[in-house]
Amino acid sequence: MELLNKDKQIVLRVQNLKKYFPIRRGFFQKIAGWVKAVDDVSFEIEQGKTLGLVGESGCGKTTVARLILKLLEPDHGKIIFRGSDIGEFTEKDMRPIRKEIQIVFQDPFGSLNPRMTTGLSIEEGLRILGIKRGRKRKERLEKLLKMVGMSPDSADRYPHEFSGGQRQRICIARALSVDPSLVVCDEPISALDVSIQAQIINLLKDLQDRLGLSYLFISHDLNVVSYLCSTISVMYKGQIMESAPAEELFENPCHPYTMSLLSAIPDPEPGIKREIELVEPDLSDSLITSNGCNFQGRCSIEEPRCLEEKIGFEKVGEKHFVRCWKAAKK
Amino acid sequence: MANNNTLISVQDLKVYFRTGHECARAVDGISFEVRKEETVCLVGESGCGKTVSALSILGLIPTPPGEIAGGRILFQGKNLLELDEEDMQKIRGNRIAMVFQEPLTSLNPVFTIEDQIGEAISIHKNVGAKELRDRCIKLLKDVGIPSPVQRLKDYPHQLSGGQRQRVMIAMALACDPDLIIADEPTTALDVTVQAQILRLLKSIQKIRSMSVLYITHDLGVVANIADRVYVMYSGIFTEQGNTAQIFHDARHPYTQGLLASLPSRSKRGKRLYSIPGTVPNPAYKPAGCPFHPRCPHAILTCAKEYPEMCDYGQGHLARCPVLLEGGDGYK
Repeated sequence: MELLNKDKQIVLRVQNLKKYFPIRRGFFQKIAGWVKAVDDVSFEIEQGKTLGLVGESGCGKTTVARLILKLLEPDHGKIIFRGSDIGEFTEKDMRPIRKEIQIVFQDPFGSLNPRMTTGLSIEEGLRILGIKRGRKRKERLEKLLKMVGMSPDSADRYPHEFSGGQRQRICIARALSVDPSLVVCDEPISALDVSIQAQIINLLKDLQDRLGLSYLFISHDLNVVSYLCSTISVMYKGQIMESAPAEELFENPCHPYTMSLLSAIPDPEPGIKREIELVEPDLSDSLITSNGCNFQGRCSIEEPRCLEEKIGFEKVGEKHFVRCWKAAKK
Repeated sequence: MANNNTLISVQDLKVYFRTGHECARAVDGISFEVRKEETVCLVGESGCGKTVSALSILGLIPTPPGEIAGGRILFQGKNLLELDEEDMQKIRGNRIAMVFQEPLTSLNPVFTIEDQIGEAISIHKNVGAKELRDRCIKLLKDVGIPSPVQRLKDYPHQLSGGQRQRVMIAMALACDPDLIIADEPTTALDVTVQAQILRLLKSIQKIRSMSVLYITHDLGVVANIADRVYVMYSGIFTEQGNTAQIFHDARHPYTQGLLASLPSRSKRGKRLYSIPGTVPNPAYKPAGCPFHPRCPHAILTCAKEYPEMCDYGQGHLARCPVLLEGGDGYK
């Protein structure tokens, strides 16, 4: 992917990222094949902006997040964070970078240690990285809790005393404790109640405006992504199928997969019912792919060429890329 | 209230759960009806009593700790709450069937698809082995599963999430029920698969002229499938009406707040409305209107008096006297 808008500050640029997991079979655990969890993924995130990564479950969204955080080692490709390729960094080199990239997980019930008070959980990052001590750390903690809309006395309480929404606020405070510049949000609202989701979305937006954060927002909910993100990348079976500014993607979707996703959004406007063009999902192992386009078998405009050739990621408009030769030709 | 078009009518149902000295009033006096060939949605957040309402229709509330504290459930003229277990079994799975949320946990992993679909049929209908098998194949075909003959021998883990939910629907359809209760059947599924399952339910409903009671928290889904909607909050109905009334002319602050808080593309750049606070614990509900601590229109009486249903005509009811007397809601 060519470099776009060099003048704008780009926090993270991912180039041709690949992560394959071996499938081992038999007594000797011989490698029988590869699951291409992330296969040639490229994107970039500008300072203060939000990139939405959408796709069905199992398409590799979370693997991308884990690669960026270096919780997994990439097999191939570059992860360029503020100019340096952290893909090759050792654990020791990563130390100073760790505080810059933080994550908020999907399930606020599973991601907080039940035996640590809220305060300890939030402070942990500061403690490990040796940032601020004593009184200063306490002040910082209070400031963080206030920032996410919790009272300072919740620092001494345990996670089970809080509701899902409050826990997610605590997780956000923990992520922000070390002043990151990029926060990966992995489905941060999908485990929350409908009336709480808006609270967390507003909080994330406010924090972005105040602190100039960049987000990688992973979700399967296109309504949320369309509201929150400046750029959207649609992922399918480990590859990005289409990537475009949010408005452009919704106004002018090119890839047949994007179109089917968009038509499947349950629209909270009764009366407007669009006819849905959908092909049955296949039953085969979803991440083991053959030659050609990954969307083969479900595509409505498939041609023989799609089954044979490797499909490139081509430009179809300003910042608009699509992995479909037919769409690109139009 | 009940005319002869009514299939099931629930009247003032109360379901309480007693644990120690606490009493959680999970369902606290709800009345609704489902007419023939109609899709009715119960919408609400987790813990509001949606699932408990559904389970009590089928007599599946574990007692103790659960307890049906009052009300009647009239199904084809019979009060289901007064039936003994033997009579109830003739209705459960036969006249009223249920589709659960998690297809993987509600299917038995050690039995084949054929065993599980066949079980429902063999309990309620007297059919031979050959016919049983044919019926299973036909059901799988009806719910759109490719190569049904091979699939019969499969175990649940061999199917994808959408396929499993189709099997669940096939099981529910096995005895050609009059009413299907679908409890969040698409919540665990991807959007594209969700769209397929919703379409499937719609088409089957039309072909078999069934009624569907659909339980969900997703207003987007409601807008797409419902004929009539009941909005539930903390064990009671706060608003009820047809889909257009609920979505275009909501009269309860909770419904208005929910709709205003949905993110969508048209709200880009604007701040989302968010309902402050959290859902109350069913064991410690606020006095008066259960929504009043979170309500922007609440006045003093809201904390004291239990609100009455206010009639807006044509079946549109909302439990908020404050807005009836000239509040303007939020824009």
